[in-house]
Amino acid sequence: MRRGNSPRGPRHSIMSRTGAMLIMGVFTLYFLTPIWWLLVSSTKTGGQITGTAPLWFTMESIPTFFSNIGRLFTYSDGVFGRWLLNSAIYAGLGALLGTIIAAMCGYALAKYEFKGREAIFNIVLSGVLVPATALALPLFLIFSEVKLTNTLWAVFLPSLVSPFGVYLARIYAAASVPGELLEAARLDGSGEIRTFFTVSTRLMAPALVTIFLFQFVAIWNNFFLPLIMLRDQTLFPVTLGLYAWNSQISQIPELRVLVIVGALVSILPLIAAFLALQRFWSSGLGAGSVK
Amino acid sequence: MRAHYGKATAAFAMVSALTLAGCAGGGGGDSTAGGEGGSSCEPSSGPVDLTFTTWVPGMDKVVDLWNEENPDIQVKVQTGPNGNSGTYQNFFNQLQAGNAPDLGQIEYDALPNFRVQDGLENIASCENVSDAEDQFVDWTWGQVTFGEDDAVYAVPQDSGPMAMFYRKDLFEQAGIEVPTTWEEYAAAAEEIKAQGSYITNFPRGDVNWFAGNVWQAGGQWFSNDDEGWDVNLTGEESEQVANYWQGLLEKDQVSTLPSFSDEWNASFNEGDQWTWISAVWGASTLATGAPDTSGKWAVAPMPQWEDGGTAAGNWGGSSTAVLKGSEHPYEAAQFALWLNTDPEALALANELGGLYPAAKSATDLEAFSGGVEYFGGQKIYDVFAEASSNVDPNFTWGPTMTQTYTDVSDGFGKAIGGDGTLMDALTSGEEATVESLKSQSIPVKE
Repeated sequence: MRRGNSPRGPRHSIMSRTGAMLIMGVFTLYFLTPIWWLLVSSTKTGGQITGTAPLWFTMESIPTFFSNIGRLFTYSDGVFGRWLLNSAIYAGLGALLGTIIAAMCGYALAKYEFKGREAIFNIVLSGVLVPATALALPLFLIFSEVKLTNTLWAVFLPSLVSPFGVYLARIYAAASVPGELLEAARLDGSGEIRTFFTVSTRLMAPALVTIFLFQFVAIWNNFFLPLIMLRDQTLFPVTLGLYAWNSQISQIPELRVLVIVGALVSILPLIAAFLALQRFWSSGLGAGSVK
Repeated sequence: MRAHYGKATAAFAMVSALTLAGCAGGGGGDSTAGGEGGSSCEPSSGPVDLTFTTWVPGMDKVVDLWNEENPDIQVKVQTGPNGNSGTYQNFFNQLQAGNAPDLGQIEYDALPNFRVQDGLENIASCENVSDAEDQFVDWTWGQVTFGEDDAVYAVPQDSGPMAMFYRKDLFEQAGIEVPTTWEEYAAAAEEIKAQGSYITNFPRGDVNWFAGNVWQAGGQWFSNDDEGWDVNLTGEESEQVANYWQGLLEKDQVSTLPSFSDEWNASFNEGDQWTWISAVWGASTLATGAPDTSGKWAVAPMPQWEDGGTAAGNWGGSSTAVLKGSEHPYEAAQFALWLNTDPEALALANELGGLYPAAKSATDLEAFSGGVEYFGGQKIYDVFAEASSNVDPNFTWGPTMTQTYTDVSDGFGKAIGGDGTLMDALTSGEEATVESLKSQSIPVKE
C-alpha cells in the first residue's frame, strides 16, 4: 500500500490521495448531513417537516425560522432560555474548575515524588474505565443522604471530576515542564503554588485547553445524571429539557418543531467553543508530537 | 442511550424489589397507620407543602388555581420526561432513597408495578376518596383499586378511549361503506389496497395499542389473586386479534411505519392512510401531523367483532397517585381529587395539556361539547364518551409492563420481517414476562 515501495510512486500517490480525499469526503458528508437536516428542518412548520423535501428549504424559510425561534424562547414561559443558561453554568464553570483541579492533580503526580504516587495515579486511571452512567445511581443515593438532590450542586459537583483530565495533565506536565525550570523558580524564592500558576500552567496551556474542551462537551452533553438528580425543570440543562419535550411529542405534537429548533440552538455553543479554542488545541497536539 | 438505560432499569428493578420490601418495614411507622382503619388518614395541623411530579405540559398553571384557593396547602409542580422515558425510574430511586414526591403521575399500565413494589399509599380512608367512585368512568376506578377491598391507590386522571378515525371523503369517493365490524374492515382493506393505499398502519412498537384491541375483544392479559399472578398473553381473544392483523400484514394491506415518525405523519398527510384506530388524544396528533387533510376526517366507533356490538378498547391514560412515605397523605389525596374532578381544573388541563379527563363530568366541558373543524364540524367527543362507557372495567395490567412491551414489540418486529407471527411474539412475550416476574420474586401461577 505504501507508495515508497512502488516504482510507479507518483501515480500511486495521486490515487491514494484521491482515495483518502474520497473517504474523508464520505465521512464529512456522513457527519454533516444530520446537521444540515437539523438546520433545514428548523426553518419549517410542523406540517412542512413531513410534507416538503427533507433536505431543502421552503419559500417561507426565513420568516418561519424566526417565528420558530420566537416560539422556542417563549413556550412555557421561556423555560428554554433558562435551560441554556443552566447548561452554560454547568458546562462553563464546571469545565473551568474541573480543568484547574485536573491540572493541579496531574501536575502534582508528574512533578512531585511522594509515597503512593503510582498507586494514586493508577486508581485515578481506573476511573477512566468506569462509565459515568454507572455512577449516576450511587451518586443519587449519596446526594439523597445529604439532601442535595434536585439542586444545582447535584449536577455541578460530580462534573468537576475528570480522571481523563488528570491523566492528560500528568502526561503533558511530565513532557513539557522541565524540572530544571522548577528548580530555578525555587531558587528565586517562588512558592510552589505561585510557580504552578505563573510558570507551569503556561507551559501546559495546550493540554489545559484540550481538557477544558473535553470537559465542556462532556458536561454539556451529560444527560443521565441530570435525569436522575433533577425534578425541578428550572434546574434542567438543555439536553434533559429537550428530552422531556421530545418524550411528549405524541401527545403535544407542536413540540416536534420546538425540539428540532432547540436541538439546533443547543449545539451552537459547542460549535462556538470548538472554533474559538481550536487554534490552541491543534498547537497542543503538534507540540506533543515534536517531543 | 435508551437501550442502555433499559438494561439498567431491569437490573435496578430487581434490586429495588428487595430493598423496598426492607424499607417498607422500617419507614412504615406512619404509613401502617395510613393503611388500615378509618381514622388513620387525618389532616395535618398547620400549613402543608406538597410536591407533585407530572409531565403534562401546563400542569403548573392548573396547580396555580389550587394554590390560590388553598393558602395552607401549597403544591409545587416538578416535571420530567414521560413515565417510561425516565420518570418512573426516578420514582423508584426516590422511593428507595426516601425522598419521593408526595404525588406522582402514573399511567394505568404502570400502577401495578408501583403497587407490587409497595410504592403507593392507600388513600381509601382519606375523606371523600372512596365516595368519589361515582364521579369517574367505571373502568378507570377499577384501575386504581386493583379490585381490592378498602383500597384506593390513586385518583384517575385521564383516559384514552378508542375509536376509528377515517377519511370520510375517500370512503365516499370510492363508494366503500364505512366498516362497522372487523370483517367489513378487512374487506375494505382489500379494496383500498387495490386503489394503492392502506387502510391503516400496524404500529409494531405500540404494544399497548395492541393490548387496547385485545381489551376490546374481551381479553385479559393479567389477573391476580392471593396465589399470585396469572399471565395470559395468548388467550382466545389475543389469538383472534393477532391472527386478524397477521392476515392483513401477510396480504400487505396495512403499512408498517414506525408510529409518530415523520414518514408516518407524511403518509397520513398525503392520504395514503384511510383510517386510524386510535385513542381520543389521536385527534390532535392527526391535526398536527396531517394538516393538509383538515376537514376530511370523521370519527366512528371501533369496528366490532360481533355485529351490533358496542365494545371499545382503551389506549393510554394516567392517574395521580400518592407515593409511599408522603407525610401528608390527607392533603395530597384532597389535592388529587380536586385536580381530577374540578371543572375549572379539568378544562385548563385539557386546554394546556390535551388531557381527556377520566371524570364523568368531562362531557359537560365546553371543549368536548362542540364540533371540531378538523373533523368537518363533527362532535367527535360524543363518540369517545360513548366508547369510554363501553370499555371493559375488569382489564388488569401486569407488574412488569415495560419489559412485556419490549419483548412483545421485538417479536412484532420480527413477525413484520417475516420471521414468525404476531402470535409467536405473544407466546415468547408471555414466557419472558413469567421469567421476569419470577426473577423479581413476584409469585406466578403456572
